[in-house]
Amino acid sequence: MRKVSVIGVGQTTFGEHWSLSLRDLVTEAGVKAIENANVEGKDVQALFGGCMASGRFIGQEHIGALMADQMGMNPLPAYRTEAACASGGVALRLAYMAVAGGMYDVVAVGGMEKMTDVSTEDAAVALAGAGDQESELFNGATFPAIYALMARRHMHDFGTTEEQMALCAVKNHGHAVHNPYAQFRKAITVADVMKSGYIASPLKLLDCSPLTDGAAAMVLCASDKAKDYTDKPVEIIASAQASDTLALHERASLTGLRATEVAAKDAYKQAKIAPKDVDLLECHDCFSIAQIMALEDLGFCKKGTGGKFIEEGNTDLGGVIPTNLSGGLKAVGHPVGASGVREAIDVVRQLRGDAPTPVQVKDAQIGLSHNVGGSGATVVVHAYKRGF
Amino acid sequence: MTKTGIIGYGVSIPHYRIKTTEIARVWGKDGEHIAAGLGVKEKAVGGFDEDSATIAVEASRRAVKMAGIDAQKIGAIYVGSESKPYAVKPTATIVADALMAGPDLMAADYEFACKAGTAGVQTCMGLVKSNMIEVGLAVGADTAQGRPGDALEFSAASGGAAFLVGREKVFAEINHTYSYTTDTPDFWRRQHEEFPMHAGRFTGDPAYFRHVISCAKKTMEIAGTKASDYAYAVFHQPNGKFPVRAGAILGFSKEQIQTGLITPVIGNTYSGASMIGLAAVLDVAKAGDRILCVSYGSGAGSDGFDITVTSEISKHKPAALVQDLVARKEYVDYATYIKYRRKLKSL
Amino acid sequence: MWRNINERYNLVGSHCETCGKYYYPQRKVCPTCRRKGKLAEAKMPETGKIVSFSRVFVAPSGFENETPYFLAIVELDNKATLLTQIVDSKAESVKEGAKVELVFRKIYEDSPEGAIAYGYKFRVVS
Repeated sequence: MRKVSVIGVGQTTFGEHWSLSLRDLVTEAGVKAIENANVEGKDVQALFGGCMASGRFIGQEHIGALMADQMGMNPLPAYRTEAACASGGVALRLAYMAVAGGMYDVVAVGGMEKMTDVSTEDAAVALAGAGDQESELFNGATFPAIYALMARRHMHDFGTTEEQMALCAVKNHGHAVHNPYAQFRKAITVADVMKSGYIASPLKLLDCSPLTDGAAAMVLCASDKAKDYTDKPVEIIASAQASDTLALHERASLTGLRATEVAAKDAYKQAKIAPKDVDLLECHDCFSIAQIMALEDLGFCKKGTGGKFIEEGNTDLGGVIPTNLSGGLKAVGHPVGASGVREAIDVVRQLRGDAPTPVQVKDAQIGLSHNVGGSGATVVVHAYKRGF
Repeated sequence: MTKTGIIGYGVSIPHYRIKTTEIARVWGKDGEHIAAGLGVKEKAVGGFDEDSATIAVEASRRAVKMAGIDAQKIGAIYVGSESKPYAVKPTATIVADALMAGPDLMAADYEFACKAGTAGVQTCMGLVKSNMIEVGLAVGADTAQGRPGDALEFSAASGGAAFLVGREKVFAEINHTYSYTTDTPDFWRRQHEEFPMHAGRFTGDPAYFRHVISCAKKTMEIAGTKASDYAYAVFHQPNGKFPVRAGAILGFSKEQIQTGLITPVIGNTYSGASMIGLAAVLDVAKAGDRILCVSYGSGAGSDGFDITVTSEISKHKPAALVQDLVARKEYVDYATYIKYRRKLKSL
Repeated sequence: MWRNINERYNLVGSHCETCGKYYYPQRKVCPTCRRKGKLAEAKMPETGKIVSFSRVFVAPSGFENETPYFLAIVELDNKATLLTQIVDSKAESVKEGAKVELVFRKIYEDSPEGAIAYGYKFRVVS
């Protein structure tokens, strides 16, 4: 197995892109990444793309073929991965495996989603496909409701408060003020979150990531060839993935994601690191409670203490584990298939020193990205190290 | 001759209620006056997820629990309703699968306004008495509605009851049954119409009273009984007044009528009405008690039953008592009521 | 929808005869025993208790007119867990540990012309 590096990144802005279609979005991100990587189109040997539900959102399947066609890269092989909101992370993992295993030297990997061409109610139905259709959506459960069930239990078992969850969203918005790609660049307060109205109690509108259009892409290269293309390669030092039951109600625990724990342990083992070695984290805050549980499950704090951990400033710039300095899914936006790749890009930017100055971690060496599918049935964790 | 009669029963009354005064408030009427005139204080309202099929299933499951039988013994299921969820597709099969009673089963849905359920009881009696089946299930369940603003809106309610008819462990033997039937257009609903039409005061003497009284008299003649022989009398109860007047005409006292008169607190549950009244009586009846039950369905007809309670009654507990179901309630306002019952045009 | 009638009307799940665990909805493979597992259909108990709950104010297509409604994860008396709506219960009574019992209700109809899906919901028992 050889080492793999990221040599280029690119993304669209995330938001409601009424005039851009899915093919517009993915092409824009792809071209930007290839330019950033200084590769020629003909050097790229394969395309990997993560996309959750293009069929339900825009009636389009066969996304691998769409990417290769629209990027003008026929007859390259192109692959689509689907793992709900972890579609991007899984695409990254498969692309990493293909290069690490020696199949290809240079590949492009993207994540994409076009969510705003359907009504909000129909989007909720499409997203609910990330859970168990037969026992969750069938009973009227949307994703906010499923995470709300976890939040409620977390509050019951550990005393986590709605204010602590609100603070997650507040901090993420505060970071996104500096992110030119973010959907929401306005700061919000805990009071704003508390009066934003329940979607599924205890989660309120501002506890929930939005519906977003967007695409993000990267170019991966075998590490020993990376310097041919860029002075600022970032090495992928761990790639891990785990699964759990599709339906929340079948889990052993409602207050954490076992798949995160398993994937994280594997990633730390591969990279020979511990949580304390990580300089920054992009984690999957589809809902505020998800960020609290992620910090616990990834080993940054004890189970049940995530809310307090954030309250005490540990996830701020300069803190123990600066988290979601991009703004996270909440403020950057969450085009579901794109987020796994977008998280990776934001870690890479930090390690390259290319993040906006107000949120740049000084001398960042090691970063971690965490991408979840559904309510935790798929979790992908990657670790990265500055390669220059 | 083998006893044929009731071996189990169950009732379903939705959780929600709306007061007569609340409906009157919306239409600018004097609610207290109407409540007193109709003899209906409040009525049961089915929730958004309830229909006559869910009510039929709940009542039937309770009947099977009470009888303590394996549902596979049920040889026929008849569900009577004038508010079926499907104009074409039987509710009886939904009940059958929800009881795991099939597939060796006869089944059909009945319509005869408020006496569709008791017509089912008669059919089951015939099938059981003739040894064609061991046990039959007859259900009356409705969520019928009145046109908004119409007099019927104050009384039209949701609810239902299920009776299991058999030969073994009979605790309420049906000694005789008789029906009085004529073509009388007092109340009807045309195909594709949402709400029924009624003929105002014509629904009284020429309709309800003619049929109920004639049926009651003939049933007692066949049974060789008089009013004083009965511990209880249950009449169809479209409101709280008609059955009291019918009882008085026939020589029954208020005490004989009282136990089986439930409409004042749950409204008129149509196919469920007289059956819920009978269930309320059976909840408290003792061995040896004689019961006269006369249903009425517009269009028109009455089914009369002369019933004797046996000593088996002490061995069977209802899964839920009518009075407990009546007491378990939450009030809704008119807006919530029309939302639940889909009277909002866009629903 | 028709395929699931017995499962949904009568709460028929699976029981692994090898390890004794109960599952709802049904499974073809026991997650604990895998090939060593012997799964048979089993009727679940009709009572249980609430493990977690949420009041849903914004619903997916098909459920818009029912909001607000309660969803809960219920642990049945045989330890199988399922997701379900809680109906006919005062809001204050819907909480962790509340005892609940099965009711038969309409779950879903995709249009006034379409077939109606019936199934399981639960209510709090006082």
